[in-house]
Amino acid sequence: MSGLAVERLSVALGGRPILREVSFEVAPGQFVGLIGSNGAGKTTLLRTILGFQAPAAGSVRRGSVGYVPQKILLDPDLPVRARDLVALGLDGSRLGLPLPSASRRRRVEEMLAAVDALAFADERIGRLSGGQQQRVLIAHALIRRPTLLLLDEPLANLDLHSAAGVVTLLGRLCREQGIAILISAHDMNPLLGVMDRIVYLADGRAAVGTVDEVVRGDVLSELYGHHVDVIRVHGRILVVVAPAAELAEPEQHATLLPPAPR
Amino acid sequence: MSRLAGLLLAAGFLTSAPVHTALLVGGGAAVISGVVGVFTVIRGQAFAGHALADVSSAGGSLAFLLGVNPILGFLGMAGAAAAGMEAVGVRRLRGRDLATGVVLGAGLALAALFLYLDSTTTSTTGAAITVMFGSMFAIPAATGRLAAVVGGAALAGVALMYRPLLLASVDADLAAAQGVRVGGAGLMYALVLALSVALSAVTVGAILSTALLIGPAATALRLSRRPGQAMLVAAAIGLAATWLGILLAYDSYVWTPGHGWPVSFFIVTLIMAAHLLASRGRA
Ligand SMILES: Nc1ncnc2c1ncn2[C@@H]1O[C@H](COP(=O)(O)OP(=O)(O)OP(=O)(O)O)[C@@H](O)[C@H]1O
Ligand SMILES: [Mg+2]
Repeated sequence: MSGLAVERLSVALGGRPILREVSFEVAPGQFVGLIGSNGAGKTTLLRTILGFQAPAAGSVRRGSVGYVPQKILLDPDLPVRARDLVALGLDGSRLGLPLPSASRRRRVEEMLAAVDALAFADERIGRLSGGQQQRVLIAHALIRRPTLLLLDEPLANLDLHSAAGVVTLLGRLCREQGIAILISAHDMNPLLGVMDRIVYLADGRAAVGTVDEVVRGDVLSELYGHHVDVIRVHGRILVVVAPAAELAEPEQHATLLPPAPR
Repeated sequence: MSRLAGLLLAAGFLTSAPVHTALLVGGGAAVISGVVGVFTVIRGQAFAGHALADVSSAGGSLAFLLGVNPILGFLGMAGAAAAGMEAVGVRRLRGRDLATGVVLGAGLALAALFLYLDSTTTSTTGAAITVMFGSMFAIPAATGRLAAVVGGAALAGVALMYRPLLLASVDADLAAAQGVRVGGAGLMYALVLALSVALSAVTVGAILSTALLIGPAATALRLSRRPGQAMLVAAAIGLAATWLGILLAYDSYVWTPGHGWPVSFFIVTLIMAAHLLASRGRA
């Protein structure tokens, strides 16, 4: 199949339930945001979809996949240029030595241009900035033209301008090439213009639908299990999770806040 | 001037059969160590590489005891240790380090036993020195032929696994998402490493084979930003150091009183010098 179907998926890590009965679909050409605060289980869900993590129950059906991980640690001395990593996206699983090929080189060049990475294509990837690495990783994931693209917090390292650039790029790829995109973020705001649907994770469960259907006080209060306010200002959405009365320490979950540096 | 040439090429260097074998086997070991070493350094497995070499000395010393070809001893032990380490600690880096440490301890205990038995029960008094530090000018022709097979297998392994291994060494998750069997690639790498270590153990010795594996590769990473090129540079540095080292050691029979200095000393010193030069050049 192309796209993605997740059905009643439950995942436990170290004996602790992380996800409970999560179900949703991403059709080809659909752009879906996977939203949740730190520790909500976004990475866990993506890794389970990839098959890196076995589910406790439920099923995942998907087509060919491209993946942009949340963080990858790269040594600054690693002798791999940005264009080498993109080329490995094309045929990294093949056996034998790569033969010089003009068409291969052209495809790598086109992909680098598509993510606006030509300027640093010949730098070592370990010496690129976080945002530059992000672009190269997106090119690496996309060059094989997968039917499903999974991105784990690709905007976390980017300034507002670059984030908008990447979102526009992803939106275009999604429409023009009919790729199904599932992208995780703890701030939904940069994605509001392109998201068709949202999968909102909290407390191990997911609320699924359009932004207007899901990001509402009553729906999210139900999901979190206590009162949640949704405030819309200047076309942005702020979700305020009130600390439960019995909690000693107040929790801050405002998704409008900039992501904490990691 | 001709005296200098005479000193550089002490009498018989180009016609001596042991020197020929040393140049061929030593050069081959250096080239393969350089190529494999780039993967070792990228994967952050210098410790595992060194441990493998130390452990292989148990196989080398057992081979002396049994009277079989030492290269088979080194290879058998290194292969078993490599498979063991990969099997125990595939997933976690920390786990791998601990697995390496445990295997290393056990291997060295065996080496201590076999070397002791070598020195007490057989007439091969030089076994310990040969196993640990190599004996470049005493490589039998039969070992040379075996070395060619081992070296060929190592290069074939690297060529076959080049792309999956490179991707898995950059990031295991990226590789797995592409359908690379990361565990299988790691095992293949470990076996290639075992071949390479066995080869360099018979030339510069088990202990010093780390220098041949890590030194040229680490230097190459400073000089090249492309993976394939880095491997060629590492191979070239290792080859140059080995051949020059053999020449200097041969010559040292002339200018030292007695038996000359060990080849391994010269090779490792040259590798170190190349690394310092490359670091200074870039700083
Ligand atoms: N190996 C593990 N064993 C046990 N618990 C784990 C493990 N890995 C993650 N967890 C827990 O699973 C929960 C979900 O983690 P996950 O990384 O999926 O969150 P996330 O939504 O991606 O968070 P972030 O926004 O910080 O990336 C967290 O509470 C975390 O502590
Ligand atoms: Mg995460």
